[in-house]
Amino acid sequence: MELLEPLINGIIIAIEPINLMMVVLGVVIGLFVGAMPGLGSVNGVAILLPVTFLVPPTAAIIFLAAIYYGAMYGGAISSIMLGIPGASTAVATTFDGRPMAMRGEADRALVAAAVASFVGGTISIVLFTLFAPPLAEFALKFGPPEEFALMVLAFATFVGLGGSDVAKTIFSTLLGLVLATVGLDIISGQPRLIFLDLPGFYHGINFLVLAIGIYGIGEILWTLEISQGSVMISKVELSLKRMADAFRHLKVTVKSTVAGSFIGYFMGILPAAGATPGSLVAYGMAKSFSKDPESFGQGNVNGVTAPESANNAASTGSLLPMLTLGIPGSPTTAVLLGGMIIWGLRPGPGLFENNPEFVWGLIGSLYIANVFAMLINLAFVPVFIAMLKLPFTILAPVIFVLCVTGGYAPEQSMHDVWLILLFGVMGYLLRKLNYPVAPMVLAIVLGPLAERSLRQSLLGSQGDMMIFLDRPLSAAFLAIGLALFIYPIVQLARHKKRQGAPSGEG
Amino acid sequence: MTVRTAELAMTLLLAAFSVYLMAKSAELDIGWIKGEGPGGGAWPFWLAAGMLVCCAVTLLRWWRGITPESRDREAFIGPATAKILVPTVLSIAVMLGLTHVIGIYAAILLFLLFYLRFMGRHGWALSLGLSLSAPVATFFFFEAALRILLPKGITEPLFYPLYSLIY
Repeated sequence: MELLEPLINGIIIAIEPINLMMVVLGVVIGLFVGAMPGLGSVNGVAILLPVTFLVPPTAAIIFLAAIYYGAMYGGAISSIMLGIPGASTAVATTFDGRPMAMRGEADRALVAAAVASFVGGTISIVLFTLFAPPLAEFALKFGPPEEFALMVLAFATFVGLGGSDVAKTIFSTLLGLVLATVGLDIISGQPRLIFLDLPGFYHGINFLVLAIGIYGIGEILWTLEISQGSVMISKVELSLKRMADAFRHLKVTVKSTVAGSFIGYFMGILPAAGATPGSLVAYGMAKSFSKDPESFGQGNVNGVTAPESANNAASTGSLLPMLTLGIPGSPTTAVLLGGMIIWGLRPGPGLFENNPEFVWGLIGSLYIANVFAMLINLAFVPVFIAMLKLPFTILAPVIFVLCVTGGYAPEQSMHDVWLILLFGVMGYLLRKLNYPVAPMVLAIVLGPLAERSLRQSLLGSQGDMMIFLDRPLSAAFLAIGLALFIYPIVQLARHKKRQGAPSGEG
Repeated sequence: MTVRTAELAMTLLLAAFSVYLMAKSAELDIGWIKGEGPGGGAWPFWLAAGMLVCCAVTLLRWWRGITPESRDREAFIGPATAKILVPTVLSIAVMLGLTHVIGIYAAILLFLLFYLRFMGRHGWALSLGLSLSAPVATFFFFEAALRILLPKGITEPLFYPLYSLIY
């Protein structure tokens, strides 16, 4: 098998001492970030990205991917112990995890979550290894029109699957794209959108400035607002005997775990779908195919394993379009993509050919990270539970300091740090008014690529817009994008019709 | 301010910003340049135009009471929330302002001390311990390990002995 050789090389790269250290460190931080309510993988990755300038790119992405990965495990800890999802990706885990904990079965729920995450992670990495190289090879044929059409498709999925206010979602996307154009025009080199003639805008608005502002400052303000109430931690009894017992009980969860893994993986590949809807769909499927659907929500262990395997699988799934097409599937992968550009790597299909040690090192590290995440998770459950008691008034100021120093480091300009504060406050206010902020971050990362591919396409066609429809692939992407765009409007109309009909189902 | 008023205010603000962006983009060529393709201002100009359209739609939906926010008469930011968030944002702003004068390390120290002791009401031992160790850790991480110099303002001379230690 031709895949085996690069894979083994990748695993060898992943177990080099520095990379292995990054995996362990990343997983531990990820578990913590995932477990803390108010922090998720995207916050961890955005705030800590500047820290990775210390190590080579391969080690850096391994570190950040391990955080991403660990956060998917960690989310379950607070879902089960506090009844509050540690991250949105673990919402579904609260449905049955919390009742189990209330019944005194927190240890069973935690073990089930860890093992399900491991299975979900493993199945999805194998799928990833099989799918990624052929997809990248196929994508190598893409020209600028296909690239642009693909990005339009990515933005359309946000509208189609976002579910919230369409006008506000589009506004958020467009604002991200405009912010990406600040600085010097990528083709003519002219200064562009230099607000108030501030010299700080000449180097553009780094995507990190927006990401740290929104996911560092903005999100913490949000959490400070909602965490005013107190939380109650469930008691947990831990002993080796009970653990072994919990493992034996997992036989009943095989089906829901495997199904959750596949659902999560494919949901993860879709841009904008990702881990949160993936885990909810997996939960719903497990419930509807169960022989005993009434027990869901009362503490059925399958209600923990299905969403937990799905959210891990989805996180790996969302790396697929990011690495092969250069289109991130989630805000976290958007930040990872931005990081790759900073490290001087060009994301997209060429990556597999030009930087094989980078790509395969990352893939190899996912196999390793998965094993470590499960072991560390199981071994340190009591430590993480103790950390959940850490008051947010300690964590919040430390995060603010990390945002300020991390925001200063890339360009070494205080201008950027002030912008972070501005974006943080604006991001918080916009979020309160139901403006989705994830599309904005995605758009600022993709903005320069989208503009370049659009202008190159138009230059090639002498300004004829038909070039996007003449080429079959780009026409297909645009058609799917259009369908996704229209879908919520049609759904809304249908919904209204049904409401108008007299015999509604309630 | 109610959520309803806040949505209106924000939409108007964003609409004004969109118009500003369009005007700013139009400083560059927004038309077709022969042999060069679209001018440098075209892409941001049309994006900003799209933003303006989105604002108009939101305004219409607000007017007709379709968005959940436009029907919400609760306070946008309640007094309990304001009591936490306003000092938080202000203290960060003061930290940034002080960075220009006394440098980032002293600013971080003061910010943490204020936040932990007076916002978080933690003990002096924890507050002082954390606010003293954070700048030290930051220094060794950025200046020694990453070789990135952070701004020090008038406190620069205090760092000369440390420079000789790490260089």
